[in-house]
Amino acid sequence: MLDFTILTDNMGMFLEGFKNTLIVSLLALIGSFILGTLIAVFRIAPIKPLNWIGTIYVEFFRNIPLLIILFFIFIGLPVLGIRFSGFQAGTIALTVYTAAFIAEAIRAGVLSVHKGQTEAARSSGLTYIQTMRYIILPQAIKIVIPPLGNQFLNLVKNSSILTIVAAGELMYQGDLISSRTFVTFDVYIFIALFYLIITLPLSYGINRLEKSLAKSN
Amino acid sequence: MFKNRKFLMFMLLSVLSVLVLAACGGGDKESKDKDSGAKSKSSLETIKANDKIVWGVKNDTKLFGLKNPSTGEIEGFDVDIAKELTKIILGDETKVEFKEVTSKTRIPMLNNGDIDSIIATMTISKERRKEVDFTDVYFEAGQSLLVKKGSKIKSIDDLDSKTKVIAVKGSTSAINIREKAPDAQVLEFENYAEAFTALKAGQGDVLTTDDSILYGMASQDNNFELVGGKFTEEPYGIAMKKGSDDFVKAVNDALAELKSNGKYNEIHDKWIKK
Repeated sequence: MLDFTILTDNMGMFLEGFKNTLIVSLLALIGSFILGTLIAVFRIAPIKPLNWIGTIYVEFFRNIPLLIILFFIFIGLPVLGIRFSGFQAGTIALTVYTAAFIAEAIRAGVLSVHKGQTEAARSSGLTYIQTMRYIILPQAIKIVIPPLGNQFLNLVKNSSILTIVAAGELMYQGDLISSRTFVTFDVYIFIALFYLIITLPLSYGINRLEKSLAKSN
Repeated sequence: MFKNRKFLMFMLLSVLSVLVLAACGGGDKESKDKDSGAKSKSSLETIKANDKIVWGVKNDTKLFGLKNPSTGEIEGFDVDIAKELTKIILGDETKVEFKEVTSKTRIPMLNNGDIDSIIATMTISKERRKEVDFTDVYFEAGQSLLVKKGSKIKSIDDLDSKTKVIAVKGSTSAINIREKAPDAQVLEFENYAEAFTALKAGQGDVLTTDDSILYGMASQDNNFELVGGKFTEEPYGIAMKKGSDDFVKAVNDALAELKSNGKYNEIHDKWIKK
């Protein structure tokens, strides 16, 4: 069965990796939510140039692999004199990549609220901003929660790609441990457990949030 | 109450699935061990019966095993030696198959039977002897440092807590450098290509690995040079699955033959130019 001495002997490295994965995920989660919301606003706003910027952003970052975005930031930007550490490059890559998906989820949620509502709100004298704030967004948020939850879970798991730029997160530490001990399979199981410690509560929290919002209907 | 029960079920299910996975892994290992036990009695016979040797070689390491993009063939010192060894053991150098390995995948691939033998810039070490059988040394390398020309780093003594040292995951040099320069920060990358790219992009101050590989990098980009000489002995060996005594002996005999008939020197001079 599982070789638990691998876990106890290398606890320091596992915990270091866990800490870094947690920090990277939190930073990227907050960052991508803010950036994603902004891009969604760009895409929905009744101003053409903003729509274009939003569309270009989404189509660019959504359609190239995260790995390439990461490498571009890590070894491409230094050519221009901008240098980020593996950890920083990883956080930025995860943020800009996930933001594209979050923007799409939010946009879809807003668009799914019936057009008649906007028309009714506007004709009763509310401004565009007020319509969004009081009529559309409170309804859209309920629709958006499940897909947003998926994106956040993906973000945590995608952070494992950061191992290739030596970001020091869970996957990287696991790779180091398995390459020293040659016990690859067991190490990966332990890594999976550490990821579950982050993703399961996140998953549970999202489900609760979804239910409590549904109740307010 | 209901909600809590649902959550509990959810947790239970996920824990269960992990355990099932783990059990699968355990079973896998056992069957693997049995497998190798059966094979170990006649690893050379198995190879002769298959009438080919599957060698695990690097395909990203200049001078030792590098894929030539125009032909798709892997070329290098390791590859040429492997062909000559196959010629002596099986009588024909075309009875050879090469599979790409990395420092990380080579031992697992050997143990699960994907390859018969590893000839991939692999240093003989005590820890690895527990996992695999090694032949005699077929190449004497030593760990050294590669820096950008004009760097302040002139030797291993110049590595302090501000220095970022680039190494490759799973390599002995990554472990050695932590002992020889305990203050330096070590960043480990997937392979030599990524490690060298990171050095070029200034993500580290110095790249460390065996001098034989560093010479290959320096010959590719003359903005970089080796400094400080060798600070370890890295004898390369060819690895077989544990318990393959007859196969190891066959390769050792073949190696001795290559060294005595001058073929080894010919291949060495073809690739390694200092």
